[in-house]
Amino acid sequence: MNSLPTQQDSTPESDRSVPAQPRAAVVIGGNRIPFARSGGQYAYASNQEMLTAALDGLVARFGLQGERIGEVAAGAVLKHSRDFNLTREAVLGSALAANTPAYDVQQACATGLETVVGLSNKIKLGQLESGIAGGVDSASDAPVAVSEGLRRVLLDLSRAKSTIQKLAALRGLRPADLLPNAPTTSEPRTGLSMGEHQAITTARWNISREAQDELSLASHRNMAAAYDRGFFDDLVTPFRGVSRDANLRADTSLEKLGSLKPVFGRTLSADATMTAGNSTPLTDGAAVVLLGSEDYARQNNLPMLANVVDAEAAAVDFVDGKEGLLMAPVYALPRLLQRNNMSLADFDFFEIHEAFASTVLTSLAAWEDEDFCRTQLGLPGALGSVDRTKLNVNGSSLAAGHPFAATGARIVASLAKTLAEKGSGRGLISVCAAGGQGVVAILEAR
Amino acid sequence: MTDTYLKLVNAKPFSQFAKTAGLPRPVPLRRHAPGAPLVPGPVLVLGRSPGTQTVATTLLGWDLDVRRHLRPKEKLGAVVVVLDDVADPAQLAGLFLEVGSVVRQLLPGGRIVTISRPAAGSTEPRVASARNAVEGALRSLAKELRAGATANGVLLDADVDVEAPSVGATLEFLLSGKSAYVDGQFVTVETSDGAAHHQRSDAPLAGRTAVVTGAARGIGAEIAKVLRRDGAQIIAVDVPAAGEHLALVANEVGGTALQVDVTAPDAAERILNHAATRYGRLDIMVHNAGITRDRLLANMDPARWNSVMAVNLESQLRINEKLLAADGFSADGSIVCLASTSGIAGNRGQTNYAASKAGVMGMVRSTANSLAGSGRTINAVAPGFIETDMTAKIPFATREVARRLSSLQQGGLPLDVAEAVSFLASPGASGISGQVLRVCGQNLVGA
Repeated sequence: MNSLPTQQDSTPESDRSVPAQPRAAVVIGGNRIPFARSGGQYAYASNQEMLTAALDGLVARFGLQGERIGEVAAGAVLKHSRDFNLTREAVLGSALAANTPAYDVQQACATGLETVVGLSNKIKLGQLESGIAGGVDSASDAPVAVSEGLRRVLLDLSRAKSTIQKLAALRGLRPADLLPNAPTTSEPRTGLSMGEHQAITTARWNISREAQDELSLASHRNMAAAYDRGFFDDLVTPFRGVSRDANLRADTSLEKLGSLKPVFGRTLSADATMTAGNSTPLTDGAAVVLLGSEDYARQNNLPMLANVVDAEAAAVDFVDGKEGLLMAPVYALPRLLQRNNMSLADFDFFEIHEAFASTVLTSLAAWEDEDFCRTQLGLPGALGSVDRTKLNVNGSSLAAGHPFAATGARIVASLAKTLAEKGSGRGLISVCAAGGQGVVAILEAR
Repeated sequence: MTDTYLKLVNAKPFSQFAKTAGLPRPVPLRRHAPGAPLVPGPVLVLGRSPGTQTVATTLLGWDLDVRRHLRPKEKLGAVVVVLDDVADPAQLAGLFLEVGSVVRQLLPGGRIVTISRPAAGSTEPRVASARNAVEGALRSLAKELRAGATANGVLLDADVDVEAPSVGATLEFLLSGKSAYVDGQFVTVETSDGAAHHQRSDAPLAGRTAVVTGAARGIGAEIAKVLRRDGAQIIAVDVPAAGEHLALVANEVGGTALQVDVTAPDAAERILNHAATRYGRLDIMVHNAGITRDRLLANMDPARWNSVMAVNLESQLRINEKLLAADGFSADGSIVCLASTSGIAGNRGQTNYAASKAGVMGMVRSTANSLAGSGRTINAVAPGFIETDMTAKIPFATREVARRLSSLQQGGLPLDVAEAVSFLASPGASGISGQVLRVCGQNLVGA
């Protein structure tokens, strides 16, 4: 079911002024390579190699060899300038037809989900019959930039024509300019890392260390159980000898998690609660999702796991500290629910990206907080509670790891399969992103 | 794995030395290539029975240069000896001596094929002895041939005559380069099922959908490629951990990769479901997945024994049970199981493996009985020493000996096994069931 503005939902179907329901965009399936911690098994794998591998695994799973897919959209957050056409290059290196168009998307950690939303909309509009959405990231093979001073000198040098001009350009060089800029994931406007930002939010919402460790434990256990029952057999294709997410700790425990020292928020007045165990590590990996119209799926005898119903993006003003960096999905969700006449009770599964355990827990706390919902979200009261037994039932980023742009496609494919297994119901996806952004989306079983 | 000796012995100056010194002199085998002639030269058809002319006519229909007599010194591609009505050992001398007189005229990669009847089909001692004598003579002749030439036989069950479709199909297989590493073997045709084999086809499996387990590497990957070459749609199956290679194979053959452990309780359902939803049919099941966990029995532990039995035998038993009960498996579907010559002759350090592979052969014979008359077939292919990653791990000296201990004096290729699998899965082989076809170059052990 696709959504329409609420005021039109009550219009009689016979009324010809109602715009035709756009057709459905269907999740057919997905593929990803197992995720590995930064500097680990994929330390020397490039974004292009990983995205190509994810595409080729998808091609193999669904027999798409030599097929022209309507469009492939993917992206990477940490991206070399040489990878300006990353997705197209990956397509050219894959088993897909060379005449498959592709484009890059970048919306930080929401990249993967945004590619799903964008291609789904094109499918709904009839512009595409099929699409592959996804993302990739390598924190290992990250770009190292030259300093701003050296960059200017080098550019001036390239423009200089005479020897004198070249010498003049070089004269501007200072020894400090020769130091490269190390790769960083800090927010450009605050200089704070994402973890330090989240530590402020965690303290503000009084999220306990125990609650964070419990959520992390559940993520590992759920994902390990899902692997053991073969849930990922048709979602993951091994890469470079890795066949399960390298970050997954099936045997972790509250004791082990509790023994870890806090790594974020140590300078805050509140107790530091965020550890390496309840925060996602820097991760390498790639994930893709095959989308299509119902006609496309039927004509090619492909499964239809779930429909992409609707999505909403939001952003918050985090720069001056008014709101937490990763709180945007909290704002996006009420708008999405209202547009679709739904409440939290309408969902059977919740996929809330675990950037940090406390990100999930602050989101849940915020939606339960009457005062916050009234003053910040403009709601009449609390949005409601998320049934924890429906949350991240097959594990999420704390267990799998989080290659920034790949996470959205991982979640969409897993949730679509979860819905297909149940055979009914809806799932909600919430992904926070750098820059104070976030995207939420609804999938529905078929 | 390259066979360095094979290269060395076929190049000067070592080739001359090897000949003088009486060293093994294997040659590169004549293997099938698309568009290649069926045989390297004229085919001499010998025989006294009425079926002889029928066979000659069939071969003429394939545009072969067929002879009933040969001029002196003329080179020969193959000899087909029709012995379907032999009833007395005294009848053999004339024909076999005639074969002997032309053996030296056989071209490299030449073929000798007998068509006779199994001794077990007769209650008459004289008839049975004559029929069995054919097998003894042929197996010995196979060991006398050189330069990649082979000798094999077709056995016709009581109700089958030389016109039966599977006789033609088997004859074609044995004459062609597809049987390069099949030597000294007999294939029994049990029924006259199947469409007439008047024409050779480049795509005998067109329109068929095939599952190949253990398809990520080695023999399984080659089976997937050959079945695809012959026209089948491929569902490549392997354990999830082998998925990276499996995807490469699936993409190479334009098929689909299905990551499933064949020992999983729901493996058959997942395979059938995948075939039904993606292809709407399943015609060919190739049970290739197999593992070795070698140990002397004195050192064997339960894990090694059980894992080998689970993968190599139990999975086939369980999947076949569900497959044969399912409507999703075609009424004329074929199952081909990978056995091993270890299961026939035994192999030191392989009690578990040999048990599993002998078990497969028992299963094949039993299942064939219950399938009789159903239109479905089940057969096994028993590879001997095949050049794979697995045999490359055998210590050098042992490997060198194992390679030379066959009539062809070399290891086979995964392709040779795959060709046999594709033949048994083809509609032409619908009259063949319950057979174990050895692809071993007439290995000297376990004959």
